[in-house]
Amino acid sequence: MTGQFPILSILTFFPVAGALFVIFFIKKESLNAIRWSALGISVIEFLLSLYLPFTFNMTEPGFQWVERHEWITRFGMSYFLGADGISLLLVLLTTFMTIICVLASWTDIKTKMKSFMALLLFTEAFSLGVFLSLDFFLFYVFWEAVLIPMVFIIGIWGGGRKLYASIKFFLFTFIGSLFMLVGVLVLYFYHGKTTGVYTFDLTVLMQHPLAPALQVWIFVAFFLGFAVKVPMFPLHTWLPDAHTEAPTAGSIILAAVLLKLGTYGFVRFSLPLLPNASIQLAPVMIWAAIIAIIYGALVTIAQKDMKKLVAYSSVSHMGFVMLGIFALNIEGLKGSIVQMINHGISTGALFLLVGMLYERTHDRQIDSYSGLFKAMPVYGAFFVITVLSSMGFPVTNGFIGELLVLLGAYKAQWYYAVPVAVGVLLGAVYLLWLFQRVFLGEYSCKGHAEHLPLLNLREKVSCASLIVLIFWIGVCPTPMLKVMDASLNNLVKIVERNTQKSALAAVTLAEENQRYGTTQNQGAGK
Amino acid sequence: MIQLVWLIPLLPLIGSVINGLFGKRMGKTAVGLVACVAMVASFLISLSIFIKILSLPVAERSVEVTVFNWITSGAFKLDVTFLIDPLSTIMILIVTGVGSLIHIYSIGYMHHDKSFWRFFCYLNLFVFFMLMLVLGANYLVMFLGWEGVGLCSYLLIGFWYEKKSASDAGKKAFVVNRVGDFGFILGLFLLFWSLAGHGITSLSYKEVFANIHHLDPSMLTIITLLLFVGATGKSAQIPLYVWLPDAMEGPTPVSALIHAATMVTAGVYMIARNNLLFSLAPYTGEVVAVVGILTAFFAATMGLVQNDIKKVLAYSTVSQLGYMFTAVGVGAYTAGVFHLMTHAFFKGLMFLGSGSVIHAMGGEQDMRKMGGLHGHMKTTSWTFIIGAIAIAGMPPFSGFWSKDEILWETFEKGHHYIWALGLLTAFLTAFYMFRQVFMTFTGRCRADHHTQHHLHESPKIMTVPLIILAVLAATGGIIGIPFFEEGTAAHHFLNSVFSSGQHVVNHAVAGGGHVANAAGESEAIHGGLELIMMGVSVAVGLFGIFLAALLYYEPMKKFAPSFWTPENLAARFKGLHTLLYNKYYVDEIYDALIINPIKRLCWYCWRFDLGVIDGIVNGAGWVTRLVAWLMHKFDVYIVDGTINSSATFVSWTSSFWRRLQSGYLQNYALVFVIGLLLIIGGALLGW
Repeated sequence: MTGQFPILSILTFFPVAGALFVIFFIKKESLNAIRWSALGISVIEFLLSLYLPFTFNMTEPGFQWVERHEWITRFGMSYFLGADGISLLLVLLTTFMTIICVLASWTDIKTKMKSFMALLLFTEAFSLGVFLSLDFFLFYVFWEAVLIPMVFIIGIWGGGRKLYASIKFFLFTFIGSLFMLVGVLVLYFYHGKTTGVYTFDLTVLMQHPLAPALQVWIFVAFFLGFAVKVPMFPLHTWLPDAHTEAPTAGSIILAAVLLKLGTYGFVRFSLPLLPNASIQLAPVMIWAAIIAIIYGALVTIAQKDMKKLVAYSSVSHMGFVMLGIFALNIEGLKGSIVQMINHGISTGALFLLVGMLYERTHDRQIDSYSGLFKAMPVYGAFFVITVLSSMGFPVTNGFIGELLVLLGAYKAQWYYAVPVAVGVLLGAVYLLWLFQRVFLGEYSCKGHAEHLPLLNLREKVSCASLIVLIFWIGVCPTPMLKVMDASLNNLVKIVERNTQKSALAAVTLAEENQRYGTTQNQGAGK
Repeated sequence: MIQLVWLIPLLPLIGSVINGLFGKRMGKTAVGLVACVAMVASFLISLSIFIKILSLPVAERSVEVTVFNWITSGAFKLDVTFLIDPLSTIMILIVTGVGSLIHIYSIGYMHHDKSFWRFFCYLNLFVFFMLMLVLGANYLVMFLGWEGVGLCSYLLIGFWYEKKSASDAGKKAFVVNRVGDFGFILGLFLLFWSLAGHGITSLSYKEVFANIHHLDPSMLTIITLLLFVGATGKSAQIPLYVWLPDAMEGPTPVSALIHAATMVTAGVYMIARNNLLFSLAPYTGEVVAVVGILTAFFAATMGLVQNDIKKVLAYSTVSQLGYMFTAVGVGAYTAGVFHLMTHAFFKGLMFLGSGSVIHAMGGEQDMRKMGGLHGHMKTTSWTFIIGAIAIAGMPPFSGFWSKDEILWETFEKGHHYIWALGLLTAFLTAFYMFRQVFMTFTGRCRADHHTQHHLHESPKIMTVPLIILAVLAATGGIIGIPFFEEGTAAHHFLNSVFSSGQHVVNHAVAGGGHVANAAGESEAIHGGLELIMMGVSVAVGLFGIFLAALLYYEPMKKFAPSFWTPENLAARFKGLHTLLYNKYYVDEIYDALIINPIKRLCWYCWRFDLGVIDGIVNGAGWVTRLVAWLMHKFDVYIVDGTINSSATFVSWTSSFWRRLQSGYLQNYALVFVIGLLLIIGGALLGW
């Protein structure tokens, strides 16, 4: 373990160093220097993260590039980083989307550019910390740390109701996290009591599952922490406000990265640590996900503000991710990871595009626009491709994710697929309707200049790079699927093994199996 | 040669990408050239593959070519694989052949459009997806094409997006199609997972068909019904046909290519491709046939009273598609595909013809403002009339052979009601088609002076495709003429694809071991009865033309009885006429029963989200602030108040004591502090 290149620490702390560099070495008046150095730092960070896929061992199911250092030994806390196929993809998503965020705030941010870029880099660093931590306490530290820069980003650079939105965002996530902390501590103490080892080490904790009855309580505590971030119905109302009020880059990083923290938490902690509870509560979680998908889509249709529309569509899309996770089979899990990445790219791109328009007109009302395609054809082309990706059109990334999630849902229980397919249908409705209202029809743009400025090179590059990803994942998803293959298979195995290990588990499982029917039997039981 | 099959869809895709990226700067000539060269090249490759297939022995006529691996995930593996067999060969010939002609025609038709390049970009893209649909060797490649053609249809219907009606029509088409796709994808999942239960995790046709016997009939019925829901969306059948008439908002070549010749037939192709599944699920077959014939009939009745030249053709297309579904529903797959082909010729021809008319009329589509165009545009007129004769089912034109085969097969298979309704529809078809011909091309020109002055025949680039299609519409029936002992050339060619399904159907009809007997028997009656049937349908068609002529053809009008004029009939059957003219109010009914309730539901959900869910959140925040405020007040008045008042009390008593004692400041302070400490100490100790 020692002597190895500490790539994960470098990845986590390079943006911090970058942020400090920007704060201390660049004058706040020299905007271009701030922009270019932020861009440089995020690009270097992305290049550094590319080290991972090139040295990744596909056949290794466990954690790679592991780093472990003593921290607070007395309480069994350590500085413990590692990545597997799941976190690898999310790390790449984070480092890539940060570049997009920097580009998006190039001229969008009008005041305190220096602090903004620094906070953006802090957000990136802490998010990476969350994805890479294998020590539960370290995870919790990063998890809470992400909140701070994000709250400032919304609260300082946001729109009209920025204070309301940022406080709401903070309180929601903070209260949820407190429940999670309680869950973590209960887990820690019970694990210590039964095994004599007091530790926050995830890999150790995974070895000894708790009694099923206790698992349920911890699951609920974790749920409150993770579900707020996802967000799941009915804990989602902070999202439209936070998204709508946040500056463009804030919305992008919120959608692309921060929402993933929640779903990642379910995959990384809830499933392997609380397998019995996960299986037992899977139907509840799935129905919650289905409600989010349908309800989110219905609410989305009614929106009149573009940014709010995209925000609500996130509720629906993240429902797909949750559904895939709790289908508890390899297809569903794989689909949900792909959907996490997809949602990051597609919804990130939608926020980026809406932000570009907002920057030009300071108006997000759908009614104010019509026939925009005529005035900004390139922008329209980018928008339509993103819309297609977001609604799961074949040859785009969305199709692969939705297909796998649907396959998984169907495998878990055939009738799950019906409301989900309705959700896909409604997705087409709100996205196409948005496109139609804004881009088709006779050109008008209420109260703004006759000619909107066309996209500049910076904007074109950031859109085009996302479009490339959309098609790349859509046309050849196999490399991406292969990366997560071993880890997810391992995860499914751990869930199975841990369910067996638990003595009481056998009883509940037998009941479960009867309820699930034969397919589930083969999947989870044995 | 067959290995080069991937070039067939790739060439239009390349054309589309080139025009999409550089079209704006390339100039119209280059754009048209790129698009058409891609199409024609693709057609030539298709043709050579067709010839190659003909040269192979029957048993070897099905070839799979894998291009690349799309998705691999555990047991789930998906390749982009193309299947070359007689069915897909016919389809690619239609798509690339008719497609090439329509592309060439479009150069002339779209010449004045400023978005010329965008049109060809979309059109080529459409052909790419359509070819994926018919060439795919597994269900997901088909689904890719299926969704893709829907997208291109959306883009092309809304091509003139500045018109609200056009963009509305595009959205309607897409959403209605998505409703169908919803059924289609559920059907696919059901198929996949029910086969996976038997250890088959492949969605390729070959594997699925080879193992389909594992599934029980009820499961197959559900699967096929769901697939058929997809077909009703794409191929505009009841109850999802409503988008097609609106789709006429698109440029006319689009109507010809997508909404007549190719995309709308995808549902028919899908059922023909899955003939084994549908044959094993006889109940679904019934449903398909009944839905098909009802669509054919109702669409024809709506076509009777339309005045828009393209709307008539649109309803006619819905009606003709109904015939195809009737055919595949009763198990006459060859007849269905044969009609698909002839329909592509004559309906493509008529749409292009109507485009030529609209071009000449300066954009006018109302037939009431036309008339007498025959004198001005001979080629268009003659080719259009050939198309009308073909669709009316007059021998020896192509439509006669294909429609007659469908009617004959339904009769022969014992579906007499369906046959009767089909015959009635044939009558209506002949009537409304010739109503259109007479209204448009004969009589006195009703256009305004300015338009009349500008009437002209279309340029060669438009009329040559018309002539080629007219030749095909006239002679295309040749492969359906029963020259051979064992059936027509079409039967002969397609037999290898449909034999398994056909076998199941015959088996069911004849009931067990009597197949040979029944076949022999029917052979004997076949000749005589079929000839009579042909005679009946021709007579019915002629009668329809005759009635139309009495109503709308100037020289014939004088023979008609006095009540037999369009105006009198409309007045006498006012209710019926209004009902038909308003298309049975189906759009309005859908609005009232489905669209508006959903819109309201969305609105309620949003209010619920704002009012209740967010209300609870804000309410919780408000209550917290209220509690905090109360605490604050409590702090100020009660807690602080107690301390203050005790201090007051102390100072009051001390002032009392002051009278008794001399009073040093230190003493007072001491008393005060002790008092305070007592109170705080008391509070801490929990008194």
